[in-house]
Amino acid sequence: MKVIDTGNHIAALAAKMARPEVIAAYPITPQTTVVERLAQYVERGELDAEFIRVESEHSAMAACIGASATGVRTFTATASHGLLLMHEMIHWAALARLPIVMINVNRAIGPGWNIWSDMNDSMAQRDTGWIQFYVSSNQEIFDTVIQAYRIAEHEDVMLPVMVSYDGFILSHTSMAVDVPEQEKVDSFLHEFNSMWKLDSSHPITHGNIIMPDDYMEVRYSMKKAMDNAMKIIEEVDEEYGKKFGRSYGLVEEYKTEDADYVIVATSAIASEARVAIDVLREKGKKAGLARLRVHRPMPFSRFNYDKMIVIDRAVSLGLGNGGIIYNELKSRGDVYGFVAGLGGKDVNYKDIVKMYEMAEKGKEGWYGVEVD
Amino acid sequence: MASIKNFPKEEYVLKGHAACPGCPITIALRTALKALGNDVTLIVPASCSAVVQSLVPKTSFNVPVLNIAFAASASAASGVAAALKRLGKKTIPVVWAGDGGSYDIGIQALSGALERREDFIYVCYNNQMYSNTGIQRSGATPYGAWTTTTWTGKKEMQKELAEIVMAHHIPYVATASIAYLDDLYEKMKKAKEMEGPRYIEIFSPCPPGWRFDMSKTVEIARLAVQTGSWVLYEAINGKIEFTSYSKMLLKGRERKPIEDWLRMQGRFRHLTEEDIKRIKEAIDEKWKYYMQIYNKD
Repeated sequence: MKVIDTGNHIAALAAKMARPEVIAAYPITPQTTVVERLAQYVERGELDAEFIRVESEHSAMAACIGASATGVRTFTATASHGLLLMHEMIHWAALARLPIVMINVNRAIGPGWNIWSDMNDSMAQRDTGWIQFYVSSNQEIFDTVIQAYRIAEHEDVMLPVMVSYDGFILSHTSMAVDVPEQEKVDSFLHEFNSMWKLDSSHPITHGNIIMPDDYMEVRYSMKKAMDNAMKIIEEVDEEYGKKFGRSYGLVEEYKTEDADYVIVATSAIASEARVAIDVLREKGKKAGLARLRVHRPMPFSRFNYDKMIVIDRAVSLGLGNGGIIYNELKSRGDVYGFVAGLGGKDVNYKDIVKMYEMAEKGKEGWYGVEVD
Repeated sequence: MASIKNFPKEEYVLKGHAACPGCPITIALRTALKALGNDVTLIVPASCSAVVQSLVPKTSFNVPVLNIAFAASASAASGVAAALKRLGKKTIPVVWAGDGGSYDIGIQALSGALERREDFIYVCYNNQMYSNTGIQRSGATPYGAWTTTTWTGKKEMQKELAEIVMAHHIPYVATASIAYLDDLYEKMKKAKEMEGPRYIEIFSPCPPGWRFDMSKTVEIARLAVQTGSWVLYEAINGKIEFTSYSKMLLKGRERKPIEDWLRMQGRFRHLTEEDIKRIKEAIDEKWKYYMQIYNKD
């Protein structure tokens, strides 16, 4: 069935079709309509689940942890400051190896208050042990939420999954989305599966004092799980492709085969970059695009291009020019980095064409501020 | 009325735990679990109880335990409760938190869970300070008490969390003490049979924190009640009834002098006559109010 709806409503629909048993969420712009829609589904009886209308995002993640540890599928959604308030529990969920799935609608961090797209919120969570997706269309939001549960609950993974997309650019923009039948989704998602659970007939204690040697083992098991995730993400994506006709991969390539420079970008900027590639090709330039869809685990081995132009919508200040993905990929070739679009500053295909042409001349930096 | 002699023989706090000698936590939890039974899930935030369980991969608590971040116990319990409901299980989620995790850092999550009428029991064992980090002031630390963040004595009075909790209009609120285990047991039993949010606060004197000998824990807890410094009551659907020894005080029995209680604790060693007068006046005021409001029959 084709529907036309906003990214947030599609995210809520996908979450509903994944049949979570417990949802705990707190509203925050621009995620709010995800929460509103889910509350509506539950109150209308269209989704048979418990919806905990928590008093903060810290509590939202804590409630998901409690529910997941008791043995049921959970869902939450947040953005920006909500994600930051959650930060402690985000670490907790990963260390507890609970397969929670969360939507994060990328939004800038204050002050001043800025509700527009910026990835510093989720990029700041990149070391928490969550699998991180950055998606580029409403269709991909739907597909990735469904895939996320399969990945998170896979016995070789057992790590939580965060699916991020741009505030407003996707969250509030309507697009056509192909929504599969519920039965088809049901047959793709298995029964909820977790590594451990709280059960009074088999009492266990989780999370008490742990000594350094054991702690190191726990961390190493997470490392292995994250390594496994690379393969599982691809397997799940492939199986999804066979069943639903769409798959995306870890990195989505566009005209990279003969490219002189490959643009590396995520999310909405990557969609815009696709247009820029066509424009550049028309101008006779051999431009290509590698859209980074999965940021954790980072698919380093996929980046085998001679020259790359990385566009970051998030910064780690004090780390070179600040671009996070730029810094991560710097070792893999001749890489030019642009920081662009912070706080929702518009980045359209013309800007990306300009960045490409600047990189050709050896220029890089903060686009629209430092270099123009 | 329950009697200690008749408590169930089952033990859910096992030998080999890591509590200090004279610790009130194990007394409280042992009794609470005897009343509640083992069809519970304990949710324990950062606190001494996280240490008392002992080290991974062992545990001394023979019921399921979810350790959780300091500010998160009531919200994690909300998630546990929701999941248990989905699974159709009768297991009771029981938060087991200290006063730091309840009065201070966890009060937002607690208030939220109470207002949402989550189906769980919240137990605050109140030792009037942050004991796990090594004796720092909390919102429950009484006026004048020495802690490592109030070297010359706390300058402010404690707040009354049970009264704040009562403002949420929940089915059951009770205060208890590790010196009156029959009373504590009865209250846990009552809470077990109810639905919705239930709150029980247990007065728990800490030997190293309050600077008294480990053999005196129960004695000091008892004196706190007998001097009227700590009060035992319960509120079913908002209706307050004093219980045990506090009920006798309400009916007119004379309170023991507060100096007797203060003198037993090193944390009050530096108090001036002025300080003691202030503490005395506060207790007198409190009881004057109780007499007016609750001594109606």
